[in-house]
Amino acid sequence: MNYIEGFRNPEAARGIRSRVEALAAGLPARDRPVNIMEVCGSHTMAIARYGIRDVLPGTINLISGPGCPVCVTPAGYLDAAIALADRGVTVVSFGDMIQVPGSSGTLAASRSRGGRIEVGYSPMRALELAETHPDREVVFLAVGFETTTAPVVSIVDLAIRRGVKNLSLLTAFKRVPPALTALLADPDIRIDAFLCPAHVSAIIGADAYRPFAERYKVPCVIAGFEPLDILYGIQGILEQITQGQSGVVNQYARVVTAGGNRHAQALMDHYLEPADAVWRGIGMIPASGLRLRPEYSAYDAEHKFGIRVEAGHENPACACGDVLKGKQRPPDCRLFGSACSPEHPVGPCMVSSEGTCAAYFKYLR
Amino acid sequence: MSETTIQLGHGGGGLLSRDLIHREIMSRFGEGALKGLPDGATLPVPACRDLVFTTDSYVVQPLEFPGGTIGDLAVHGTVNDLAVCGAVPRWLSLALILEEGLPFATLGRILDAVRTAAADCGVAVVTGDTKVVGRGQCDGMYINTSGIGEKMAGFELGVDRVRPGDVVLVSGPVGDHGMAVLAAREGIRITHGVSSDTAPVHRLVQSIGDLAPQVRFMRDPTRGGLAAVLNEVVEDQAVGILLDEAALPFSIGAKAAAEMLGIDLLQVASEGRMILIGAPDISRPVLQAWRRFPEGHGAAQIGVVTETPGRVVLQTVTGGRRLVDVPRGELLPRIC
Amino acid sequence: MCLAIPMKLIEVRSDGTGVGELDGSRHEVNLCLVPGIAVGAYVVVHAGFAIERMNEAEANTILSVFQEIAEWQKQAVEAGKP
Repeated sequence: MNYIEGFRNPEAARGIRSRVEALAAGLPARDRPVNIMEVCGSHTMAIARYGIRDVLPGTINLISGPGCPVCVTPAGYLDAAIALADRGVTVVSFGDMIQVPGSSGTLAASRSRGGRIEVGYSPMRALELAETHPDREVVFLAVGFETTTAPVVSIVDLAIRRGVKNLSLLTAFKRVPPALTALLADPDIRIDAFLCPAHVSAIIGADAYRPFAERYKVPCVIAGFEPLDILYGIQGILEQITQGQSGVVNQYARVVTAGGNRHAQALMDHYLEPADAVWRGIGMIPASGLRLRPEYSAYDAEHKFGIRVEAGHENPACACGDVLKGKQRPPDCRLFGSACSPEHPVGPCMVSSEGTCAAYFKYLR
Repeated sequence: MSETTIQLGHGGGGLLSRDLIHREIMSRFGEGALKGLPDGATLPVPACRDLVFTTDSYVVQPLEFPGGTIGDLAVHGTVNDLAVCGAVPRWLSLALILEEGLPFATLGRILDAVRTAAADCGVAVVTGDTKVVGRGQCDGMYINTSGIGEKMAGFELGVDRVRPGDVVLVSGPVGDHGMAVLAAREGIRITHGVSSDTAPVHRLVQSIGDLAPQVRFMRDPTRGGLAAVLNEVVEDQAVGILLDEAALPFSIGAKAAAEMLGIDLLQVASEGRMILIGAPDISRPVLQAWRRFPEGHGAAQIGVVTETPGRVVLQTVTGGRRLVDVPRGELLPRIC
Repeated sequence: MCLAIPMKLIEVRSDGTGVGELDGSRHEVNLCLVPGIAVGAYVVVHAGFAIERMNEAEANTILSVFQEIAEWQKQAVEAGKP
C-alpha cells in the first residue's frame, strides 16, 4: 500500500480549501491576517512545492519559522567543518549542507580544492567509511532537529559497540521546544497558531506542545507533510480559532503518539545533554541545542581535534530574526535583494531555498 | 594476450595499442570506414543538404547502472542531440579515455553496448581514438562521441519561434536515468524499481517529419531535467510556460526513489526522452505518432506556452501554482 | 529537517537492519530506533533509519476522511452543474 498518493488527491484538496475559505470568512474582522507559523523546513518545502500559499485566502498568512536546522546553523560551524576538511579529515555531510555559506566559502568550494568531503544520505555512511578506512579520521556533520538527532546518535552507539574509534561528530543538534519558547517570549510576537512538525513530533511526542498551548493560548496542530495534511492542518487551526480554543491537536496520529518514540528519547538522553546554542539570524537560545555528554567526548570532534566552533561573521544588518518571528517582511530588510540573494545568502531565510526571503525573491524576479 | 586489465602500454602507440585496437575496436566496428584504420573517415555527403554536427562527452559514474552503461549513453546522447536538431543521425566518432586497471571484461561489455546501440540507431562508428591514463586519472573510462546528421526538410527551430498558446509535449516519463544513476551510487542503497531510460529518439522525430513546419523547438532533457530545458526556453523571452502537475508522466520506480531522497523529478536527467514545443493543433497527431513506438509510450502533453514572460509555472495537485526554478548546482539527496 | 517516507518492511535481520519497500523500490533501513518491529509493518524512514512505526489503522482512517471529502466535493460540483 502506498501511503503517499492518497494524501495528494486534488478533489479532497478542493474540498478542504472550501472549508478553509468558509472558516476564514467567518472569523470576526481583524486588523491583520491570521499568522500561522510552521516550524519545520519540510513544511516550508512542502508548502512551496504544492503552491499552498496560492490557494489560501489573503486573511491567512503562513510564516516560515526557524524550522530548517541547516539554515539556522551559524557560519562558524561551517568554518569549523571546512577547516577540518582542509586539514585532511574525511568530512561526511548531508546534501543539504554542501552549499551553505560559512564566513568565506562553502563545503562544495572546499571539496573543489581537494577537501575530502562526502555527501551521505544517511549517517551510516560515516560509520561505514570509518570502518573501511581505519587509517582515516571521519567526522560527521551532525546537524538536525530531534528527527535527525536520534539516527545520528545511533551511529555513536554502534561505533562504541563495534570498537570504532576513528569516528566523531561535529554537533549542531537543535531542539524545537526551546525555539518555540524563544519565539513566544517576545512580547511583540504576532503568531496566532503553530503548524507543528510531523517527524520531530514522532520523536518527542504530541504532549511536548501542551505547555505552549496552555501558557500562550495558541492552537498547536501537528500535521504531516503531504498537501492534504497541510491543508487539513490549517483547517484544524481555523476551527480552533473560531471556537476560541487553544489546544494541541494531533492530526498525524498515524505516526505521532502522545509520548513519542521512547526508545529514541532514551538513546538521545543517554548520549546527549542540553546545551546553549546559537541560531543563525536569531542569536543564542538557552538549552536549545544538544551536545555529547563528557563521558563520550572521544566521539566529539571539537574535543578530539582541539577546535571550538566560533560564532563566525554574520552581517549585523541581517533581519532574519524579525522575519522569522513575523515582525518584518523580507523587503523590509536592508540587505534583501542587494547584499543578500539566493546566490549570496546571508541569513537562514535566504539560505533555505524555500525560506521566506528566498521564496519572496523568486516571485519578485 | 593474457592480461585482464588495461595497462599504460595499451595507450603507448606500439604493439600493445595495435592489439587493443584490433581486439576491441576492429572486431566490433571494423567494417566500413574504419577498414584499414585511416586517420580520418571519408564520408559521402549528399548534395544540397545541411549537415548537423554535435559533440558530447560522457563521464557517468558508475559505468554500468540499472538499465544501461556509459556505452549506451555515448551513442544515444549524441544521436538524440542530432535528432532534436531535426537531423537524421548518420556517423559517429568514438574517442575513449581508459584508466589503467580497467578490466577488459568491462571494456568489452561497454563496447558491445556501443555496437548494439549504434546498429539500432542506424549510425556508423567511422573514426575514433583510444588513450590510456594512469590509475586514478579518470574514473574507469571517459567517452566522447561526435556525430554528424543530415538535416531533414521543414524544421526551423528556435526559442524565438515559440508563441503563447503553443503546446509543450514530452515523449514519455522523465527522470528515470538520473534516479537510476543516483540510486546506484554507494551509500544510497536503493535497489529495484528504477532503471535508466537511455534510448534513441530519432525515430520519434522522423515520424513527425510532415508536421515539421509547426514545430517550434525540440530538445532532450538531460542534465537539469525538464526544469533546465523549459527555463532555457523562456529565459529573456516574452513568453512563459504553464505545466499541469497531473499531466506530468513519471514512472513508479523513479517517483518512489525521488520521494525517498527528497529530489524533484523535474530537475532530474532523462537520456531517452525529448521535449517538443509546437503549434496547438499538432498535439494530437504528434502524440499519436509517438505512442506507436516503445520509446514514445507514455508521451503526453504537459503544458502550454503563456504570456507570463520568463517564468515556468506548475499548477499543482492542490490547485495552487508554484515556480519551476532553474536547478542550482548538483543533484543532492536532502533530508530537510 | 524531517523528510521521512512511509515504507513497508519486507525484510528484518537480526543485526538491526532491514529492507523497506515503496512501490517496488527497495531501501536499506536501520531498525535500531524501532526495536521489536516485524516484517510487514509500516515505518517512516528518515536518513536511512526507521524513526517510528506507522499505524495502519490510523492511516486508513484519515485516508477515508479525505476520500469522503473528495466525494462530497465531487457531488457538490455535480449539483452545481445545470
